[in-house]
Amino acid sequence: MTQAPGRRPGGPARALVPQPVLAVLMALLMASLLLLPFLTVAPNRLVTGKGVAWCALLAGTATWLLAPLVVLLAAVFMAPRRWVCIATTLAAALLLTGLIALAGAEAARQSARLPELARVSMGGGFWLALLLTWAAAANALQRLNLSRRLQGAAHLLLWLPLSGLLAAGALDSLSLMEEYTNRRDEFHAAVWRHLQIVAVSLGPALLVGLPLGLLAARRPRLTRPLFATLNLIQTVPSIALFGLLIGPLAWLGQAWPDAGVRGIGLLPAAIALTLYALLPIVHGVSAGLLQVPTAVKEAATGMGMTPSQCFWRVELPLALPVLLSSLRLAIVQLVGLAVVAALIGAGGLGAIIFQGLLSSALDLVLLGVLPVVAMALAFDAAFRWMSTAENPP
Amino acid sequence: MDVDGGEPALIELRGVHKSFGASKAVDGVSLRIESGAITVLVGASGSGKSTLLRLINRLLECDAGQILFDGHDIRDGPAERLRRRMGYVIQSTGLFPHWTVARNIATVPTLLGWPPAQIDARVDELLELLGLDAGTYSDRYPHQLSGGQQQRVGVARALAARPTVLLMDEPFGALDPVTRTALQQQLIHIQRALGCTIVLVTHDIDEALRLGQHLVLLDQGRIVQAGTPTQLLTQPASDQVTEFLGRATLGQRLLALRQVGDILRRGEVTEGAPLRPEQTLQEALSMFLLRHSVRLPVADAQGQPLGVIHFNDLLQGGA
Repeated sequence: MTQAPGRRPGGPARALVPQPVLAVLMALLMASLLLLPFLTVAPNRLVTGKGVAWCALLAGTATWLLAPLVVLLAAVFMAPRRWVCIATTLAAALLLTGLIALAGAEAARQSARLPELARVSMGGGFWLALLLTWAAAANALQRLNLSRRLQGAAHLLLWLPLSGLLAAGALDSLSLMEEYTNRRDEFHAAVWRHLQIVAVSLGPALLVGLPLGLLAARRPRLTRPLFATLNLIQTVPSIALFGLLIGPLAWLGQAWPDAGVRGIGLLPAAIALTLYALLPIVHGVSAGLLQVPTAVKEAATGMGMTPSQCFWRVELPLALPVLLSSLRLAIVQLVGLAVVAALIGAGGLGAIIFQGLLSSALDLVLLGVLPVVAMALAFDAAFRWMSTAENPP
Repeated sequence: MDVDGGEPALIELRGVHKSFGASKAVDGVSLRIESGAITVLVGASGSGKSTLLRLINRLLECDAGQILFDGHDIRDGPAERLRRRMGYVIQSTGLFPHWTVARNIATVPTLLGWPPAQIDARVDELLELLGLDAGTYSDRYPHQLSGGQQQRVGVARALAARPTVLLMDEPFGALDPVTRTALQQQLIHIQRALGCTIVLVTHDIDEALRLGQHLVLLDQGRIVQAGTPTQLLTQPASDQVTEFLGRATLGQRLLALRQVGDILRRGEVTEGAPLRPEQTLQEALSMFLLRHSVRLPVADAQGQPLGVIHFNDLLQGGA
């Protein structure tokens, strides 16, 4: 019996093409490139612009973009062998860089031609194409069966050319970058402030959450009321919680003017975010400790370990994977919630986002959102990397 | 002076009680556990045998009564120090999944602060004793081992710091019959070689008879009868004992305690495939029946004829 290599007899139901996932991604990619505006050109930063189609930009050097696209399309019809996956990843990386470079170059060309106030922004087609190309690369990387660390490194490499383009100033004419240039100092301060908000919330949350989690694991009777309270806090909308804290804190500030307590600013934000972070942390500690097998704990005690030796040498190391994944959840949640803290004057990237929303300047909103997303992804990746380092092979 | 006038007991229980709420798990048990032998606590589930074992290493504390270990009340001094002198093996092994085999075995020596070189040497020695190749298994993690290998490591870990007594709670209960028999044999060999004291809990009467030099039959937290396997089989204290030992197979179990060598008539010869002197009389009985013969030849491991056993001799002695 002759079988095409790479196809296993008796495998799962045969798909129409060897790489159905890639096929769907590519179909969506083509649709977003052909049907949605790749860039929009507007007379100023506040009005909605006119769309520019991707096809209209395919002239001169830009036609080289078709090469990686053809490779990706061809890969759909090939069995996902190793070299096909490597080629797919490389083509996706090229396309990613090419699309961004194309947008930057076109923006530069248009800006030279148009009046000072005119803005060239990335359109829906651009963003979708970027996302789908990344997904195609991720799909190919996964099939390569690399270790989790290598895979993470490969993902970082995918975005390396972007930093090159940024450094070379190739994207400076895009509206997003113009917003950045205009607020460079404000932006940097906001990023630091955002990290600061996360840090000052996470610190107390850990300080309170770790012992509470231990208590929840050790005293089953306390578990229910404790989690009921924490769940209740979690259901209060963040804006409402911020609002609730303004009153008492403002009163405290008036009662002791020297204490520096105010109803708005960093303090109420930190208190509210600490409360939100408590649930995942407490839950992580207690679930982590409770999933340690009873037999293992009994053996540890029976061998003559003291309660503290048992905790530090056996229980904690075995609880750590669960604990780390809860911590990851808490931090990613904090990065997102810290945006809302801008509403009560805590600053951070939320300030930029709300400024953009209020003036309906979409690119300013993006300038705030993109670092938040990047931050969340970075923390997520860092914790995943740590938990692979913790587990024995 | 000891009341019974014999050797002083290594572990002595005096009127020990333990209740969980309203139910009495251990109800007034007095028991002497001799040094250098395997004592088996046997009984149905709920008979209090596991509770009794856990009272000895103070995983549970007695409500009333006293337990002496090596002449001292076990409540003198911290529980941890007591437990480090007692090896402990449980059914589900309780190996630490995040530690290698070597580090698992080194647990108690590490707690006791042995020098690293001595610990390493001891780990290798124990792996060899349990029939595991040190080079292959030292750096493996428990989940990479079979059930039988895990329990071998569990036994090695319990023996690591040369404990005065080894407490084993249904150690072979979770293993398949072939592995179980192999580990039982190995345990007997280790016990004979090291001369250590073992207290083992099981609900399996076959295991109890195979391993135990002293049997303690428990029911509802009380001792029903204590004695050697032969005593229990030939002089059962009550019907309950007979019932637990298995009325229908009592005779065969008795034969299983004795060896072909015990009734060997040297110098005689007869035809047929020979038995070995260390086989049990239970196996010999089966051979008599299979071969329709009243005389069977016996030879040593090299096939050298040693003598003959007679069917009639099965009926004598043993009590």
